[in-house]
Amino acid sequence: MEPLQIAEKIREKFRDEVLEAKEFREQAAVTLKKDRILEICMYLHDDSDLCFDYLVDLCGADYAGKKEKRFDVVYHLYSIKCCHAIRLKAEVPETNPEIDSVTAVWAGANWHERECYDMFGITFNGHPDLRRILMPEDWEGHPLRKDYPVKGPEKEWSGFVEVLDRTKRFKDFEWHE
Amino acid sequence: MEQIEIEKAFETRELTISMGPQHPATHGVLRLVLTLDGETVIKCTPHVGYLHRGIEKLGENRTYFSALPLTDRLDYISSMNNNVGYVNAVEKLFGLEAPERAKFIRTMVAEMGRISSHIIWLGTHVLDIGATTPFLYAFRERERILDLFETLCGARLTVSYPRIGGVRNDISQEFLDELYEFVLEFPDRMDDYETLVTENRVWKKRTVGIGIISAEEAVNWGLTGGMLRGSGVNYDVRKHAPYDAYDKVEFDIPLGKNGDCYDRYLVRMGEMRQANRIIKQCIEKLPAGHVMADSPKFTLPPKDMVLKDMEHLIHQFVLITKGPVAPEGEIYSATEVPKGELGFYFVSDCTGKPYRMRVRAPSFVHASILPKLCEGGFVADVIANIGTIDIVLGECDR
Repeated sequence: MEPLQIAEKIREKFRDEVLEAKEFREQAAVTLKKDRILEICMYLHDDSDLCFDYLVDLCGADYAGKKEKRFDVVYHLYSIKCCHAIRLKAEVPETNPEIDSVTAVWAGANWHERECYDMFGITFNGHPDLRRILMPEDWEGHPLRKDYPVKGPEKEWSGFVEVLDRTKRFKDFEWHE
Repeated sequence: MEQIEIEKAFETRELTISMGPQHPATHGVLRLVLTLDGETVIKCTPHVGYLHRGIEKLGENRTYFSALPLTDRLDYISSMNNNVGYVNAVEKLFGLEAPERAKFIRTMVAEMGRISSHIIWLGTHVLDIGATTPFLYAFRERERILDLFETLCGARLTVSYPRIGGVRNDISQEFLDELYEFVLEFPDRMDDYETLVTENRVWKKRTVGIGIISAEEAVNWGLTGGMLRGSGVNYDVRKHAPYDAYDKVEFDIPLGKNGDCYDRYLVRMGEMRQANRIIKQCIEKLPAGHVMADSPKFTLPPKDMVLKDMEHLIHQFVLITKGPVAPEGEIYSATEVPKGELGFYFVSDCTGKPYRMRVRAPSFVHASILPKLCEGGFVADVIANIGTIDIVLGECDR
């Protein structure tokens, strides 16, 4: 199916959920409200014409100061059977950022959602094991947010402070000659 | 009666061990926390992130030109393929088309990268399981490819040879001759490896029926590359959405049947032969012409003109400092790298830097299936499973 046709099909089925459908370089993106995302994904996965069996990618994006709702959770779907693709974007607000997990539809979403939680601080309801994945578990802040400094925070990470402390102690140690 | 007494005397309990992050068989800094009942793995929890360098964040703060060398550091044993993936994505965003000759060269070097990556995979995978000989031979072939890369662009590992709008420099006749010689010899070398490994009884004992993934599961988990095709699913970005010159060369997609370690091995061996076939066709069909697109908005002017002419100097200065200004929009572009599907997702806001740069790394997805492969198997099979997913942590952690 053509990308815009797919977008139209989603709009027909979920009229109130679709906010916008756009095409750029032959790729269609459908912007959605976040509340019924799991239902929409299930429909896309199970419908015999659409058959989106493969979740290519799931990531977040931060539009601080650019959009009314700060975050987007972006889903890239592909159908290996029908050879067509679509991009879904669910809008998530800054206060209390949470969205339903799609791990029930695609098992591969598990780590992608963990990464999104780690990098943007978006909570995925119904995720089986929502922990930080790339950053240490006691890390403060979410690195891919736009207000997070590129050089990192002023305060060193506690794990690194510990290492520095230890090296200093070894340095001060008086070795027997 | 006696049996019960023995069991009482030797109370058994589960044991939790941490494998890695500095373990020679984990191919990098991967840490697995294994809960064992004797030799059987009950629970496996992978921990990644030890090599996280924030490549996405760095990319968002650099121009499109200067983010290219970062992609070398993703999958550092096939940097050429990452570069090709990156420049294809950026070109798609810009609406830029590379010249035909550049496309063929990129296809050629990408397939060389595929061979060198698969050969490392072969060497280390069989070494992990206990065969030392193929490892030594494998590095001989890889060395030849790296030498060829050095002739081509001066670098062996972090090449940055493909550029936005083409490639860095044209290839020489000596390079082509040398490569052609390699291409003609390579099938014999492949036969050598296959003699050593394919029908080896020990090898088959260790890989047949180990780490089985069914076709549905593989698709549902989002696996790509050899991991997916080992289960018999015919999905290859080079065929489904051809980029560069892949629609102008002939090649087959090797497929497995059972989805076990052995089938994935067969698929990757087949891929190396196909890659060799593609390189041969690229050399034979290589068209004449430029290797860089002539598009002043996005590509740098020729260096000799910059040194002679002020207009070109200004042009170069503006492009380097501000970066090439991309049209507003967002694209996702995927390429087939040795590990699977490498995707780049760009959001552009009409500046010289991407607003959002996302790297969809195949190794990251593949690492997430490790618990499924390992649980219920033996500790020794964990090693086979890590080898079979062909993981590179630089790409997994980004």
